[in-house]
Amino acid sequence: MTPMPKLSRRGFLNSCTKASLGVSVLASGSTFAQVDKLTLSGLADSRLRTFDEMVQPFVQFQTLKNEGVNLSLPALADNGHLVPLQLKVDSPMTEASHVSHIYLISQRNPVPLMCMFALGPWNGNAHINTRVRLSGSQMVVALARLSDGNFIYQTQEVVVTEAACVDNG
Amino acid sequence: MSNARIQLPPRILEGDVFKVRLLVNHPMDSGFLRDINHALIKRNVIRQLTCTLNSQEVFRAEPTTGVAANPLFEFHLRAVKSGELYFRWVDDNANIGELRHPLTVLPANSSTAPKS
Repeated sequence: MTPMPKLSRRGFLNSCTKASLGVSVLASGSTFAQVDKLTLSGLADSRLRTFDEMVQPFVQFQTLKNEGVNLSLPALADNGHLVPLQLKVDSPMTEASHVSHIYLISQRNPVPLMCMFALGPWNGNAHINTRVRLSGSQMVVALARLSDGNFIYQTQEVVVTEAACVDNG
Repeated sequence: MSNARIQLPPRILEGDVFKVRLLVNHPMDSGFLRDINHALIKRNVIRQLTCTLNSQEVFRAEPTTGVAANPLFEFHLRAVKSGELYFRWVDDNANIGELRHPLTVLPANSSTAPKS
């Protein structure tokens, strides 16, 4: 039932982590003890991922359209540790045409993929509610894989006042 | 000890699409935060959560560190026949959580109980 080779995604994540660590260590140029906690957690490199970087590991060579997905997040989230997320995908959810997978992808989190859901025609509709963590203001992508192998998506910008993944104490 | 709560509509008729709410008690430690002694808290998140209805998998979630602590999962199911909902989740420490809940589907034309 897995639609894509898992290796590619894992490889992508690994390379992201390595790249961010390498850059931060070079930039600090000092002893490891002086590397601050943001660097250790991979957050010092707060570069936002491009849209292609976010969706390409999943979409690969399939078609991608911005339609049929309704992603709703609060425009301003006070606390990034808990952001309610509501997702509705327009689909008849029949055997012939249904949503098979939903990916929630973050632009700034250390782990880009926040959650994956696997659905099927027995679900009746493709509406999902959950609560995510966001590490700072960013764009969130909801990517849905249809049963014919094509992808639809929607993005939303969120302003996060207090980021997750960072200790204030 | 049950460490999850499930909420279903009080009355489910055959053919309905009903909402399932599952709230799991889990810290979902992301591995980026530190405790009071400044020691890194080891990553421990739920890797996979599956919902099985009458031995058929009807929902699967694979969260990473991007899902908040005490994760909430809300999804929908089409009511076909009564059975048992079985939830099972595994975290990074290989701890397994389970929850079983009966599902009662009333015939489509039953209108005895008032809809609440």
